[in-house]
This record gives sequence, structure tokens and C-alpha cells, in this order.
Amino acid sequence: MTQLPEKTDRKMGLVIDLDTCVGCHACVVSCKGWNTENYGAPLSDQNPYGADPSGTFLNRVHSYEVQPESGPAQLIHFPKSCLHCEDAPCVTVCPTGASYKRTEDGIVLVNEKDCIGCGLCAWACPYGARELDKAEGVMKKCTLCVDRIYNENLPEEDRVPACVRTCPSNARHFGDLGDPDSAVSQLVAERGGMDLMPEQGTKPVNKYLPPRPKDRLNEEIDILAPLLAPVVEEPKGFLGWLDKALEKL
Amino acid sequence: MHPAPSIIAFSTFSGLGLGLLFWLGIDSTAPTGWVAFAFFAIAYALAVGGLISSTFHLGRPERTIKAFTQWQTSWLSREAWCAVAALVTMGIYAFLLVFFDTQVAILGWIGAAFALATVYTTSMIYAQLKTVPRWNTALTSALFLSLSIAGGALLSGRVTIGLVLLLVAGGLQALWWKTGDTRFKESGTDLKTATGLGNIGEVRAFEPPHTGTNYLLNEMVYTVGRRHARKLRMIAFILMLVVPVFLLLLPYPHIFGLLALISHIAGVLVSRWLFFAEAEHVVGLYYGMR
Repeated sequence: MTQLPEKTDRKMGLVIDLDTCVGCHACVVSCKGWNTENYGAPLSDQNPYGADPSGTFLNRVHSYEVQPESGPAQLIHFPKSCLHCEDAPCVTVCPTGASYKRTEDGIVLVNEKDCIGCGLCAWACPYGARELDKAEGVMKKCTLCVDRIYNENLPEEDRVPACVRTCPSNARHFGDLGDPDSAVSQLVAERGGMDLMPEQGTKPVNKYLPPRPKDRLNEEIDILAPLLAPVVEEPKGFLGWLDKALEKL
Repeated sequence: MHPAPSIIAFSTFSGLGLGLLFWLGIDSTAPTGWVAFAFFAIAYALAVGGLISSTFHLGRPERTIKAFTQWQTSWLSREAWCAVAALVTMGIYAFLLVFFDTQVAILGWIGAAFALATVYTTSMIYAQLKTVPRWNTALTSALFLSLSIAGGALLSGRVTIGLVLLLVAGGLQALWWKTGDTRFKESGTDLKTATGLGNIGEVRAFEPPHTGTNYLLNEMVYTVGRRHARKLRMIAFILMLVVPVFLLLLPYPHIFGLLALISHIAGVLVSRWLFFAEAEHVVGLYYGMR
């Protein structure tokens, strides 16, 4: 059903730390690897070894340059996947009921057997989280690895989304954002976790942790600095001669 | 947004056909017999042809029937219901007119109402999307409805009312273009809110996630032809409004009326192409594009 649940028992989602993400794209690869052979249709590629390759991905990493008023520009890597919004516009626009938000954990899923591939949900999503698979003709999106997180056949440490499990810099965290005492909620509270495009009114469950303020080298120079002896001394001996000789040329 | 030919054809021709059905439905002296047959055949060819062409862009057209289930939330589903209701009601109305020379006015009125409701639901598929600020306005519905009724008036040979409606539709079109140009900015969504990094400083897309293109860019960041948008707007406006109005003011309404209609349809097709090609989806921001 495309009516959104009034409330969900839990709000499972991701917390992505923009401070520690190194932009290695390992989450992109592990996501594609897991999801192309598990839940639903495979994630196809078109012309993968040709001149113009493209393909279906559920998670992509952008990189942004941010220029503060003073100081050097910062490079921020920015992984983006479905935010499992509380007020998910992709769900309500679906004409067939293929898109739905689960009451038990808030995960937004597509029932691929009902999807007609009209693409309206992808239009309704401001984040670009949904991609229509060219080969299968159905809409694909992040499932929060619904086939891992409750999978008792996997060792307990693997019962998290593939992207979270693989992240080498621990920039991705998974948990219940509806529970204020959960580790992810604590992290969001502590680090000032934020919503993407809050003005779109989607109420995303996934949160992003902003980069921590950078150290500034040039802000506090010791007032005695000019009186200190220079660290670099005039060269002596052969180097001193060479220096003078080159100077005279 | 990608201007899929099937969607442009669908919204233009089904809009025209439904507009004609509207006029046939409310006509107190509706045609009967073979004249009625000709009118309804044209209306159904346009409306049904358009609706069928809309299924061409589906990934899984064989499951179209499932689109009737979610009318409680989905404008696309509501559109499907309204279209079927309009076509069935008007079908019975037409059957009685053609074969029994009998006009059941109430059926005509109900069918006309469903015909307009179908056009309205089509417009709401676009107007509901906050992600495409250019579309996200009640003006979109007003534009679609006025074009449908004006085109229907031309098709049914109503010269005077057709002239008035053309002017109304043209005015709405100009207003829609004018206000549409600033609506993205007014929506408040920019790269700063998209990334949440605006409080550090100026944000610039440095590197996209991949070197090639993808579904999102093809479907929602369609930029081809936008640089000709101004010229195309002029062409659309002249074809859909200026030429038909001039032709309708001439004598011999049959031949010039037909030319006016053809010009109008060509203009609406150009305008509908621009409707998609010029529309910017907010997801383009993540790629440093519009």
C-alpha cells in the first residue's frame, strides 16, 4: 500500500560521517556486490566495457569542494543512498502499490513484482535515490540490506548493511534512529547530525554528521616569533660557497 | 526532465481528445448519426491513442492494470480511473447519439466532468512534484485544462469561444513561463541545503560519483536544447496562439479552422516538449548541474 504508516515501530537507518569518509567508494562496490545477487532483480550494467558504460547503483559517492571565507578549501566526500524518509514522497506517488514503507522498521522497499517501471517515484525523490534498472524495467533502491540485517544465517557482525560492514574508515553507522538511547541517535545528538534538503519536507531518517571544524595554522602566531632565531641557518662550507657562486651568476 | 516523445504525445493528444469529449458532452444540441460518429471517432482516437502511447515509456507495460489500485494516494492511479470513467460514460452517451439519435444529457455532463477530471489528474502528476519547482504550482493544472478545453473547442468547430479560450490559454502559458523561470530559486533548495555544507562556505561539486552518465542524469538532468528555449518559446507561442487566432478571424471557417487547429497542435507539442526539457529536478544539484 502506498499510504505511509502513521508511525513506525523503529526507524532503522544510516548515519554517515562526512568528517571521516575518505571517498574510497568501497561502500559503492560492496553495495553493488551484495545487492546484485540477493534481494530482487540484479543491478545490471549497460555496455560495461564499452565506450559509454552505465549501470544501476543504489549508493554513489559524490565529492564536494567547500571554500570557507578564509583558509584553504576543503574536500568533502559525500556518500548518498536512500534516506528512508518518514514522509517519503516516492511511496505515495506509486500507482501500483509496489513502493511501500514498512511499519515495523521504517524501511522503504519496492515490491518488484508490482512495479510497472513508470519512474514517477524516481521523479518524486529529491535525492536521486531510485534508479530504474534498464535490463529489468523495474525500480531499484537501497533496501538497507533487509536480507542481511535480520539474516540469522550470517555471523552477528555481518548483520548490518553491506556498506556499513565494509567501510574502512568507520564513516557509516547503522541503527534505530527512533530510539533516543541508541548508539546512532547518541552520535547524531553529539555531533549535530543533519537532514539533507530539509525544506523538501521529506523528514529523512538517515542523518549526516557535518565535518568537524578544521585546525587553523595561521590564526595564532606567537608574538615573540620575530625575536626567535631562524631555524634555517645560512649554509656554510661547500654549500655556502655554492650558494654565493650561484647568487653571483 | 527527459522529454520522452511518448509522454509528450500522450499529454497533448489525450488532452485534445478529452477536450473534444468535454464539448460534445455539454453540447445541448449534440450531433447525432454519422456526424456524431465522426466527432466521437476523432475524440476517441486522440484520447485512447494518447493513453496507449503513455504506456510505451513503462519498464513493464504488461502490468499496467496494477496502476488502478492506489487511487487513494497516487495521482497517476486517479488519472487511470478518471480516464476509464470518462471513456466508458462518453462511450454510452455516443452510442445512444450515433445509433438511436437519443441524447441523454446527464450522461454527457457526467462524461464531460470525468474528461476534465482526467486532464486535471494528468496535470497533478507533474504539479505535485516538489522536486521539480517549475511544475510545482497550481498554474500547471490551469494551463493543462485551458489548453485541453481550447483545443477541444477548435476541434469541435466552436470559433468564437475557441478564440476566447485560446487567448486565456496563451495568457496562462506566458504566465507559467514567466513565473517558472524563478521558481527553482524561490524553492529554497540549492547545493547548500542539498549537502548541508553551506555553513562552512561556498559549496562546489568537485567530482561526480562516476565518469559516465546514469539513469538519474538521463532522466532528470536533461539539458539538451535548453539554450534554444527562448526561441522555442516564441515558436510555440506563435503556433499555438498567434497563428490560430489570425486564421480564425478570417472567413471560410472550415479550411482556415483546420489550419488553425493544425498550427495549434504543433504549437502545443513544442510547448509540451519545453515543459519537460526546461524543467529542472533538484537532484541535478548533487551533480553540480541543473
